[in-house]
Amino acid sequence: MAISNSLSNSSDQPIKSPELSLGGWARWIWKQLTSMRTALLLLLMLAVAAVPGSVFPQRSADPNGVALYFDKNPALAKALDAVQLFDVYTSVWFSAIYILLFVSLIGCVVPRTAVHAKALQSPPVPTPKLLSRMPAHLKVSANNAVTDDLLIGAKALLKKQGYRVALNENSVSAERGYLRETGNLVFHLSLIGVLIAVGVGGGLSFSGQRVIVEGETFVNNLAGFDSFSPGTFFTEEMLVPFSVSLDKFEVDFDISNPTNIGTPLDFRAYVSSRTQVDGESKSAVIRVNEPLELPGANLYLTGNGYAPQITIRDKAGNITYSGAIPFLPQSSDYTSLGVIKVPDAEKQFGIIAFFYPTVDELTTGALTSIYPAPYDPLLTMNVYVGDLGLDDGLPKNVYALDTAEMTQVAGGKSGVKGLRLTVGQTVDLPDGLGTATFDGLKRFASLDVSYNPGGLWVLIFALLSLAGVTTSLMVPRRRVWVRKVDGGFEVAALARGDDLSLDKVVAEIAASLNSDPSPAKVTPSESNG
Amino acid sequence: MNQIALNEGLSQISLFFIYGAMAVYTLAFLGFASHLARLSSEKAAKSGSASKLERVGISLMILAVILHGTGVMLRGIAASRVPWANMYEFSITGSLVVVMIFLFALIIKDLRLLATFVSGFTLLILGAATSIFYVEVKSLMPALQSYWLVIHVMVAVLATAFFNIAAALSITYLFKTAKWVETSKVKFVGTLRRILALFPSIEKLERMAYRFNIIGFILWSFTLIAGAIWAERAWHRYWGWDTKEVWTFIIWTIYAGYLHANATRGWSGKRSAWLSLVGFLAILFNFTIVNLYFKGLHVYSGL
Ligand code: HEM
Repeated sequence: MAISNSLSNSSDQPIKSPELSLGGWARWIWKQLTSMRTALLLLLMLAVAAVPGSVFPQRSADPNGVALYFDKNPALAKALDAVQLFDVYTSVWFSAIYILLFVSLIGCVVPRTAVHAKALQSPPVPTPKLLSRMPAHLKVSANNAVTDDLLIGAKALLKKQGYRVALNENSVSAERGYLRETGNLVFHLSLIGVLIAVGVGGGLSFSGQRVIVEGETFVNNLAGFDSFSPGTFFTEEMLVPFSVSLDKFEVDFDISNPTNIGTPLDFRAYVSSRTQVDGESKSAVIRVNEPLELPGANLYLTGNGYAPQITIRDKAGNITYSGAIPFLPQSSDYTSLGVIKVPDAEKQFGIIAFFYPTVDELTTGALTSIYPAPYDPLLTMNVYVGDLGLDDGLPKNVYALDTAEMTQVAGGKSGVKGLRLTVGQTVDLPDGLGTATFDGLKRFASLDVSYNPGGLWVLIFALLSLAGVTTSLMVPRRRVWVRKVDGGFEVAALARGDDLSLDKVVAEIAASLNSDPSPAKVTPSESNG
Repeated sequence: MNQIALNEGLSQISLFFIYGAMAVYTLAFLGFASHLARLSSEKAAKSGSASKLERVGISLMILAVILHGTGVMLRGIAASRVPWANMYEFSITGSLVVVMIFLFALIIKDLRLLATFVSGFTLLILGAATSIFYVEVKSLMPALQSYWLVIHVMVAVLATAFFNIAAALSITYLFKTAKWVETSKVKFVGTLRRILALFPSIEKLERMAYRFNIIGFILWSFTLIAGAIWAERAWHRYWGWDTKEVWTFIIWTIYAGYLHANATRGWSGKRSAWLSLVGFLAILFNFTIVNLYFKGLHVYSGL
């Protein structure tokens, strides 16, 4: 909209070629950087630069996806990683674009704020010489009775309509809609607020994950987490001491609607929390959209599954392993995969186990689960003998068993059938390894413990900018002039941005000022707006 | 133990209403299209019957929107929740909102010439919804059980509808200003030229597109903020560059660029119209390709 430029405060003029002095260059570059065209190009570049982050897995959101990409396509992954395509939103190039954009934003908005502050305190601009050049213009012939009080009347009328008015020698100039520019500035300045709040808040934040089985207790210190990602400014003192026990975990699956059988309807983690060592424990329920708010962190429910209780005994009947092991669900029917490592037996061995909540045998002999709740639970085990690799002190994934250096002694091609256990059942392990007992079934919950003090501020600035942009786009800003001329008067108006009703505004003002309105006398000038 | 009741039979009846609406939209579309054809025909005599065709078309469209609305409502009742939890439901509800906004806008502004586009587009969306996206009524997965589903998605649908109408105006603008349309001697383009001549002036088209886009932009900004609040509740962080979040951001940034373009010398007019179109293409991409093929937390297509 070409109209807007004449009222725009931003410098948008063609830029003169620079003098070759250093200061000249600096000024030229600064002017380029803070021009509307640069802002536009940077915005579009930012949009384009964000795209690859949705195409390639990102370390921040999907670290497993990245690992998988490296497994499948090592050479390509390495090349992609070199240009930070797995860390798009913290990459040098993405950061460069948004930092430049915000420098441009500051360079553009700060001077405009000063100009606007001054405009708020000064009277409307004097009436231009050629009103007929304005996008909306009317010339009205009127008798002396009208023109004598014209300016007083115009001033009163425009004031009533919310204009700021200045009475000049033979004209009135008026302006309204200062809120438009105010809204625009609030919007842009709040974006800076959002960016700062995101940055500082992110630095002070932390988030940790913990898988917790029914009956277990989580204590909020670094040792209590399975994984932990701190912000840059995080210190361990920021972890407020509290503990949370998972008393019971409940899931409701749909069992009544034929098309919806087995779909989870609700997950509930019943917990008791304690914020002081000897304090009373408080019970609460954590659900997917209802985190538990504790001092210094919120607890979110992010996953769940089954944790079969298993006891392993050696030939002599001594317990070599006992516990409830979280099994990772592999599909929506909760067929789950778990790993048991028995390092303290005579011969080290490991077990890869599958759990079927409601088991069914396919015609091929393969097992499957037909319903996610444990109506007919079955556990199957494949057993591997050999070095578990736990002695070299390197951290090992508890959900995976590296069988490359091990010998399979049950299941698969070992010649011995995989073991099958129902709840309460005990079976002999092959190779004289002893026995395994499926004692019972528990559930586990994956909890996320997160703290981000920036969130509230981000929200406040985001809402401020929303209010700003709404005001800016909805409030019309226009200038109106009324001038006495020989045999009548002129009315003209100019709008900033898009204003469909400009002609109507001018016509209405002209009509109410002319107490003798006869349409024949109103002659619109040729409009150029 | 919580259980729910889904009404299979009712959802079938809902589907019949949607099919019925599609049939009537088809008739309306044919009416509008032949109306345009007659208006643009060289024989002036025909234009008398043309406006009658248009009136019939509008009446058909109102009938279709009633069927369409009933279908959407029944779907909601059948699932005992808001009818926008998967792609099928989002499509039928979203297209309903587009038609409703269009019909309301008709009261204020004379946009009747866009009716061909709106009815055609709605037909296309409903076709895709019933043939590609259709799923039986399902319960909400726990992550979607939140009043934010009502607010966030409803506003997103509204924003999309405004962007959609703006995109239609921008397309018309681009055709009207295209050199090849002006100069080509091909017969078909000649007809197109005459049809385009019936539309408002390019200045008016540009301004109307701008109007619809600013409302869309405000609503989209709200969608983005509401989504962040919801993500904080459901996924423990307000922003995590999940694929859907990425695309919400991209779309927002494109439209911010569009708004800037309108105030930048050399960028208003054609270039800004292109941006308005690119923005809407990003929305379509986000809704189709990203939903179906990109990996992320927002897995709600139900397919
Ligand atoms: C993070 C980057 C930016 C975003 C997201 C953004 C967004 C927007 C939006 C949505 C509008 C239209 C709403 C309104 O008028 O209030 C707007 C207008 C405006 N922006 Fe920005 N902007 C950004 C950076 C900049 C920069 C760097 C400049 C200066 C070069 C700038 C100058 C302006 C001006 C002058 C207007 C008013 C245009 C008019 O008169 O219609 N913006 N901006």
